Amino acid sequence: MSVDLQTVKRVAHLARIAVSEEDAERMTGELNAILGFVEQLNEVDVAGVEPMTSVTPMEMKKRQDVVTDGSKATDIVANAPATDENFFLVPKVVE
Amino acid sequence: MSDLTHLTISEARAKLRDKEITAAEITDAYLSAIERANPVLNAYVTVTADKARDMAKASDARLTRGEAGALEGIPLGIKDLFATEGIHTQACSHVLDGFKPRYESTVTANLWADGAVMLGKLNMDEFAMGSSNETSYYGPVINPWRRSRLDTVVMPTTHQGDGGFVSAGGARTARTLDNAQLVPGGSSGGSASAVAAFLCAGATATDTGGSIRQPAAFTGTVGIKPTYGRCSRWGVVAFASSLDQAGPIARDVRDAAILLKSMASSDPKDTTSVDRPVPDYEAVIGRPIKGMKVGIPKEYRVDGMPEDIEALWQKGIAWLKDAGAEIVDISLPHTKYALPAYYIVAPAEASSNLARYDGVRYGLRVPGKDIVEMYEKTRAAGFGREVKRRIMIGTYVLSAGYYDAYYLQAQKVRTLIKRDFENVFAAGVDVILTPATPSAAFGIADEDMASDPVKMYLNDIFTVTVNMAGLPGISVPAGLDGKGLPLGLQLIGRPFDEETLFQTAHVIEQAAGRFQPEKWW
Repeated sequence: MSVDLQTVKRVAHLARIAVSEEDAERMTGELNAILGFVEQLNEVDVAGVEPMTSVTPMEMKKRQDVVTDGSKATDIVANAPATDENFFLVPKVVE
Repeated sequence: MSDLTHLTISEARAKLRDKEITAAEITDAYLSAIERANPVLNAYVTVTADKARDMAKASDARLTRGEAGALEGIPLGIKDLFATEGIHTQACSHVLDGFKPRYESTVTANLWADGAVMLGKLNMDEFAMGSSNETSYYGPVINPWRRSRLDTVVMPTTHQGDGGFVSAGGARTARTLDNAQLVPGGSSGGSASAVAAFLCAGATATDTGGSIRQPAAFTGTVGIKPTYGRCSRWGVVAFASSLDQAGPIARDVRDAAILLKSMASSDPKDTTSVDRPVPDYEAVIGRPIKGMKVGIPKEYRVDGMPEDIEALWQKGIAWLKDAGAEIVDISLPHTKYALPAYYIVAPAEASSNLARYDGVRYGLRVPGKDIVEMYEKTRAAGFGREVKRRIMIGTYVLSAGYYDAYYLQAQKVRTLIKRDFENVFAAGVDVILTPATPSAAFGIADEDMASDPVKMYLNDIFTVTVNMAGLPGISVPAGLDGKGLPLGLQLIGRPFDEETLFQTAHVIEQAAGRFQPEKWW
């Protein structure tokens, strides 16, 4: 399988990365080189093989359902580019 | 030895406890070395001199009180991927511009609890994506090793300490250094370069496809990627969560064992952290390997592999045989599919993990006319080319209609790769010996690698299988190639059997000797 320019632009939009025409053209070549390389996986017989979900067999740890953390609003917004009283500020999303 | 920066961790530990040296002295020695070398090598992206001196002072107080921790007063470098409270943590990406976390990663917290001193944050490939440390926003790291021409002069007695090389037979080899700058490998290139150039006693690193073991091999240092789940991933910037593991890079096997013991823990904050006690890895060093079964996988003999590497592998086999190990030929039939499967699984997980960098909660923000344009512009400006490439691949293979063909197929192949190892271990093999990398360190801005991303990816051909199977792997320096560059051998073990790796790696280290670059920087 290979991708064309249109697909690359669509994927870039899905990934929320702005691409110029030139970027998209370069990426098309690079992505096709990588997709060409991974193509060889199709020759592997995977009939009856379960896809891996966990690399080491382990039971999912569960925590007690109690409050152990919180009251850290100042810490949480401390690194944000724009805030107002412990809220993240973003451009208007609803007209 | 007069230079404190040349002490191994175990040597420094003894001298600190015996009050022969102080933590303040050794910390100052490293800070001066960094000040001189870093403008050339670019191993550190931030030096935390004041914090280091404060921590050293506290260590000296604890040493005086007889309350020394396992790493008391030992100065370490920390890869920029680990969250360090109030200190530059950017995964060497522009998108995390100015990020100073309000929390500490579990691994680094464990090190500080044991008394270690932080010298600063180490350079790396952006988001740990790369094999040459050239994708860093902060520029490439330089390998302290350079190619050289070799002239052998036989010496009557063993001679050491004048900047030359010493080989086992007492022959001193004079080398004429080449000026070309080489990469230290990646993604933990800053860690490897700093350890090899004596800019820290040891360093933290992380390994998703070979990012500890490949740079260790390129710099003549020891690097171990422990079993998945052995070190907590909490506070480590995520790349591919099912593959990422933290581990140390150190100057010898014993130091790597000492560091891993402190880094590893069971952590309730990481659901994939394993609940089993951390063994005393150092205790196995020096134990004989007589009767141990060492597997040699035929699939690791690849086309175009330099003769030096094949020869080194044979040497490694001979050393282990001489030490009483039983050598057996094994087959890991799905080896060649590990790298292509990795380049689906890792980008898929990365595209999901890196979705959080959106210009809202931390780091860079580039304004746009609406929120979507802000996201797109921020991510376009914040991520480098390699990171974008991987996000794009990941987004594509997870997109509607392609998930089964790519992602599901890759995860099934991954099951087969793991099964290959399980079969071999079930047949009684204790440890597997392979080369660590298919080449020695290459040049900065290598044209072949730059023109074809897949060429760069091939660096991880021998290491990536280990991540896909979640196993522990160690890279140990085993010799120099014809151009005087270090080469490493890799040992792969059963899950959570890091002890066998340290035990066996030490046998190789004893036979091969230690390697350090001639100082030019």
